[in-house]
Order: sequence, then C-alpha cells, then structure tokens
Amino acid sequence: MIAELGHYALVLALGLALVQGSMPLVGARGNDTALMTMASATALAQFVFVAAAFTALGACYVTSDFSVLNVYENSNSAMPLLYRLTSIWGNHEGSMMLWIFILALFGALVAAFGNNLPLRLKTNALAVQAWIAAAFELFILLTSNPFLRITDAPFEGRDLNPILQDPGLAFHPPFLYLGYVGFSIAFSFAIAALLEGRIDAAWARWVRPWVLGAWMCLTLGIAGGSFWAYYELGWGGFWFWDPVENASLMPWLAGTALLHSAVVMEKRGALKVWTILLAIVAFSLSLIGTFLVRSGVLTSVHAFATDPRRGIFILAILVVFIGGALSLYAWRAPLLKQGGLFAPISREGALVFNNLLLTAACATVFVGTLYPLALEALTGEKISVGPPFFNATFAPLFVPLLLAMPFGPLLGWKRGDLLAAGQRLAVAAILAAIAVAAAFALQRGGPVLAPFGLGVAIFVMAGALVDIAERTLVLRIPLGAALRRAVGLPRSAWGAAFAHFGMGVTLFGIVAVTAWGSERIAAVKPGDTVELAHYRLTFDGILKRAGANYQDSVGHFSVRRSGGDLIGALEPSRRMFPSREMATTEAALMTRGMSQLYLSIGDATAQGAVPVRLYFKPQVLMIWLGALIMFAGGALSLSDRRLRVGAPRRAKASAVLQTAK
Amino acid sequence: MSGLGLLLVLVFSLLAMFPLRAVESNEMLSDPGLEARARNLSRELRCLVCQNQSIDDSEAPLAHDLRVIVRERLKAGDTDTQVMDFLVARYGEFVLLKPRLSWHTLILWGAPPATVLLGIVLLIVVSRRRRSGLAPETVNLTSAEEDRLAELLRDQP
Repeated sequence: MIAELGHYALVLALGLALVQGSMPLVGARGNDTALMTMASATALAQFVFVAAAFTALGACYVTSDFSVLNVYENSNSAMPLLYRLTSIWGNHEGSMMLWIFILALFGALVAAFGNNLPLRLKTNALAVQAWIAAAFELFILLTSNPFLRITDAPFEGRDLNPILQDPGLAFHPPFLYLGYVGFSIAFSFAIAALLEGRIDAAWARWVRPWVLGAWMCLTLGIAGGSFWAYYELGWGGFWFWDPVENASLMPWLAGTALLHSAVVMEKRGALKVWTILLAIVAFSLSLIGTFLVRSGVLTSVHAFATDPRRGIFILAILVVFIGGALSLYAWRAPLLKQGGLFAPISREGALVFNNLLLTAACATVFVGTLYPLALEALTGEKISVGPPFFNATFAPLFVPLLLAMPFGPLLGWKRGDLLAAGQRLAVAAILAAIAVAAAFALQRGGPVLAPFGLGVAIFVMAGALVDIAERTLVLRIPLGAALRRAVGLPRSAWGAAFAHFGMGVTLFGIVAVTAWGSERIAAVKPGDTVELAHYRLTFDGILKRAGANYQDSVGHFSVRRSGGDLIGALEPSRRMFPSREMATTEAALMTRGMSQLYLSIGDATAQGAVPVRLYFKPQVLMIWLGALIMFAGGALSLSDRRLRVGAPRRAKASAVLQTAK
Repeated sequence: MSGLGLLLVLVFSLLAMFPLRAVESNEMLSDPGLEARARNLSRELRCLVCQNQSIDDSEAPLAHDLRVIVRERLKAGDTDTQVMDFLVARYGEFVLLKPRLSWHTLILWGAPPATVLLGIVLLIVVSRRRRSGLAPETVNLTSAEEDRLAELLRDQP
C-alpha cells in the first residue's frame, strides 16, 4: 500500500510540475500576477508530493518490504538500519528519487525564501525548474520506477552491494547531489534572465548564495567520495581520474569559475554574458554526469547499445535542456548590455585569468573523459585515457592558477598594481622558497618536481594569510586595533581567504603523499615483522569475527616505533558477505599527526602466508582537511550574505521600477 | 553522476572477487632499480579487463600476467620504450593509459592548449571591440570641431 501511495504521489508531483512549468509562464507573458504567483504555490506542493514519494520508498526500505522489487534487489533485513536507509540511494532507481527530491527541495526553497526577487524573474526561474523536474519525474515513472511490485514476495532481500555498506558512502551521495542539483538554480535563473532579455548586477547577488551552497556541498561530496575510496578500496589511492569522478569534478570546476565570475558581475557589472554561460554550463555538466553514470555508456559503448532505454531518455533530456539553453543563449545574449571596463592587471583581470584556466581545466577533463567514447563510437578504435594523461595535462593548467591565486585578492578593482601586490606577497614567496630548499635537503630519491609542488602549496597558504594580514593591518598597528579590524572585516573576505588556504592545504597533502609516500608488499606468517618508515609491524595471527551480515577474517598486527616501544595495533580484515558471496577489504589505519599508516591484507594462501600491503601516507589527511576548510570558507561567505539583506532589497526596488518602465 | 559510490562499485565489485592483491610480493624483482622502473611502467599500463585501472592497482589475473611480462622484458634488458612497444604490438594502443600523440589523438592532446589559446584570442577580440565601441566618446575632434573650439576659446575674455 505504501509503495502504491508513493507511486501515486510521484504521478501527482509530475502533474504539479507540468502546471508549474506552464501556467506561471502564461501569467508572466500577460502580466497576470495571480497566475505568476502560482509558481511558488505549485513548487511548494510539488515538493510535498515528491517528499511523500521519497518517504514512501524510505518506509519500504526501513520495513524491509521485499514485495517491492527495488527493495528486494538492494536491501536485506539483516542490514543495520543506517544501511537500510542509505541503500535507498545505493541503486539506480533510488538515486534518481534522491535527485528529484533534492531538485524539488531547491525549488521549494526558492519559492519560500525568494521573496526579495522580482516576481517575473522568480516566476520564470521556477517554471524552468519545473521543466527539469517534470523531465526527470517522467524518466523515473517510465524507465526507472522504484515502486514496482513482485507478485510472489521473496522472504529475504538480495542485500546492498557490500562495497557500499560503509558510513562514508552513506553520506557522500546526498552531498554530491546537493551540489549537482544545486547548480540547477543558477541554470534556471540564467534561463529566466535570458527569457526576459534583461540582467543586472543584482542577478549575481541573488544567484551567488545558491551557487556557493551548491559548490560547498559538491566540495564535501567529492572529498567524501575520495576519502571513501582511500580507505575502502584497499590500496590507499585518493583520486583515480575515473570517469565517474571526472563527472563530479567537471561541475565543480565550472562551478568554481562561476563563483568567481559572479563576484565580478556583482561588484562591477562586468562579465554578465560570460557568467550566464557558466551558469548554463555548470548544470549542463551535472546533466552530462548523470548521463555518463546512469546510461551505462561508461562501461562500454556496447553496453549502452544493448539496453538503451534509460540512456536514450537521459540523452534526450540532455539534448533538450543543454541544446535549448545554448540556443536561447546564442539568441538572447547579444541583447545583454556590457558592464564596466577594467585594465588587464586588476581584480577583475585576475578573476578572468582564474576563469580562463578553470575553463581550460574543465575542458581537459571533459575531452579526456569523453574522447575514448567518441572515438570508439565513430571509428571503432579503442584507446584508454587514464591518470597519466590527466596528470600531464591538468597540472600545467592548475599550477599557474594556484600561483596567481594569492595575487587576486591583493589587486584593486578596475586597475591594480602588480608590483605592490608582489611586494606584499614577498613574505609568502620567501616562506615558499624556504620550504622548497628544505624539501630538497631532506628528500631522499623523491621526484625532482615535488619540492616545487610543496613550495606552491606553502605560497598559496601563506598568500591567504597575507591577504588577511593586509586587511587587518596586523603587526603594523596595535594588536587590539587589528583585532577590531578583523572582526569588522566582511565575512566574505574571511571566506575567500579560508577557501584559498584550504586549497593550499589540500595541495600540500597531495604533493606529500604522492612524492614521499612509501609502501611495503610482503607475505607474512605469524611472528613475521614488516618494516616501513620508522615503524615495525609484527603479525600476530588471524582471527574470525562475525558481524551483522558478514564474517570478518581479522589480521592482528602490533605496531612499534623503530626504537622498540609499542604504539598500538592494526587490525585489517577481509570481510565476507555470504548473501552475495563477495568479499571486501577493510584496511586498518593508524593516524600519526596528519600522516597515516595504512595496512590491508589479502586472503591467506594454502601455505598459510598472508599477503599484506603496508603504506606510509605522509600528510595524507591534509587532502581532506583542506576540503573541510574550503567548505568552512564557503559557509563563512554564505553567512555574510544573510547579514546584508538590505542590499538586495534596494536593488530589487530599482529593478521593479525598470520592469515597470 | 550517481555518486562516486555506485560508480566505483561497478568498477570494483568485480575486482573484489579476486582474492589476490595488486602487485604481489612474489612478482617483485630483486633489483630495486629494475623494480622501480617496472612499477613506473605498470602505472601507465591499463588492465585490459578492468575499468580504468592500471595493472599496478588491479587485482585481476590478467594484470598479474602483464606485470610479469613487464618484469621479464626489463630483466631481458629492454628499455622502457621497448617494453611499451612490445605491449602495444601485442594488445593494441588500448593498453596505454596515456595515449600516444598521433592523428587520432590530436584533438585529445590539443584540447587543453587550444582552449587556453582560444580563450586568450577571445579575450583580446572582445576587449578590442569593446574599446573601439567606446571610442566615439574619446575620439579626436574633427577639423570642423577643432576650428569651432578654437573660435570659442578665442571669444573667451
């Protein structure tokens, strides 16, 4: 019954989306306020019904209703409640439900909190949002219905893929989706502005908080996925340039560019046409990511051809929305008025440089991800594009970007003084140079480029500190006065400094672990000792341990410093899930400061030897700590915007006047 | 877009069934120099039956075979290029994770520099056009206007 209610609620939500996507537009054309206000009401109602459908699916999972095909295939009554809940989005149908749930949530948020928006802009944006919702609700109902029943309900479910039964994976998809789908707001506002043929700096002020929120969630989602892959997949890699990772990185790069160009638009009224394009591109890349992962085209072009129903449907959504948006853009963008002029060396110029390199990086990932697919489809030729390609092309684009990063905030608007900025950054450059020299002196046999990478990371971090020091005049005026200035500093300035600092922290971790990480591969018997980077591990033996729905073979290792004192134990395991006859590797980690010892084991051989892989990962935690700092920076910036409600209000008043004219 | 999770799941669920780990201790060469070269080469070679994994990371039996081949060739005295050539001749270019620059990978390798160049050209064109678009406000006076200005100035007391 609950499944049928959910199904019915979803059909009603589709109906509401169709109303939301049509009637308010008619109202906007005819200046009918009553019809226009329908947009908010239907957006809220649509959210209620999508939420009901999502809750119904959740209820089926929590109660382990195996008469529902989707629950039977992806859940099991022995699973802990947490995983029964998170397995809702651990499969295709359920993850699409999460997608539209978040989409409807954003629509409802705009409807509820967008009271400071001009009515016409809000109406058009919500209508565009409804088109996207309708397309995906139709997709779920026609090709991916999670509410289908099985006539003879089985007694037990087939279990969630064991590799997904992990807290890291439980929370990473919702954040990723909040990011992807969050960009739909920027997209809808961009289309609404193009439909009106009018756009001003206030548009950027309304859209930026949404972009910032989406960017924060996407940052956290990508970092979470990377951390999960690090500890769950058993060999301690943190980024694989896998097409699915690339699918999330592309919107992040475009979104980061959008975040920065929107600053220029808001503060100086320039880059309008470009910002609108980025808003369209960021969400288009989210849609392309959906297509890549959901259509099966990644596994192989042929897998896509054998069951093309879902793929073709998403491809159609892709063509309609991206093609439609870009056509509208080509038609309407020339009508938009250009904004203020600026010299190449200026804050605007630095942000344009940022956008140029981020866009190129995004294009690189895009081409690298899709080129093998396109080549195979067109010529039948198969090539691989993997990590060595991306490392070779991505780094040359990102290094200049990172080097320029500390300069941006120190340059003035309209016309900046590069030399003065360089003088202020001298401290940062000296610190970076010391780091490079120290790294060269200390490293034994690491890559030649690594110390320079470390230098860039230090420069970025120190640059962010210089930015704050320059604004607060700390060290130049009495501490108390500097503190008062620090408190008075706009939170968005703190946010930018935090985010930039976080980027440096992440880079530091990446460089350190890539260049100076070490590993030891061995086969051990009880009593054997493995040594790596100041640590000695003794293998004590294997014991069996039963979990809720799995059986662990746990290896026990005592860890000693090379000096001899015992500092703890590591217990990696092979985890066997009988329901799927699948085993996962549960690595054991020991944190030492920001570094980690990482140990994973394989199945014991006939002779009783256990294969072990032991890694020392120097400063590895900084990779994700940096992402958290970036997230915190975004949050600071976001809290600033709420404090300045007055500004958008004034802009709204003038915009309404202009519309009335 | 489904989440790295699902994604990686597809990729790795297969692997999880193979009991052995990537790069096993019995595969490794005793000469650390040769072994280091072998590891570097393995990171650039694709495990042909896996999705986007190098033979260095993969636990699949085929990856094991390829690792052994790489080490055998190195022991036989091949240079890194010769090892790569040998594997490409045997398995096709699909085995390389970093495709070689040739006519059919031109767009792939050209995309990053082309995007940057295109961006720069676009920026120059746009800023030129905008500057000339604004020019009427700052252009020199025509000769008739100059005369008129001189006249007005002369009239000033």
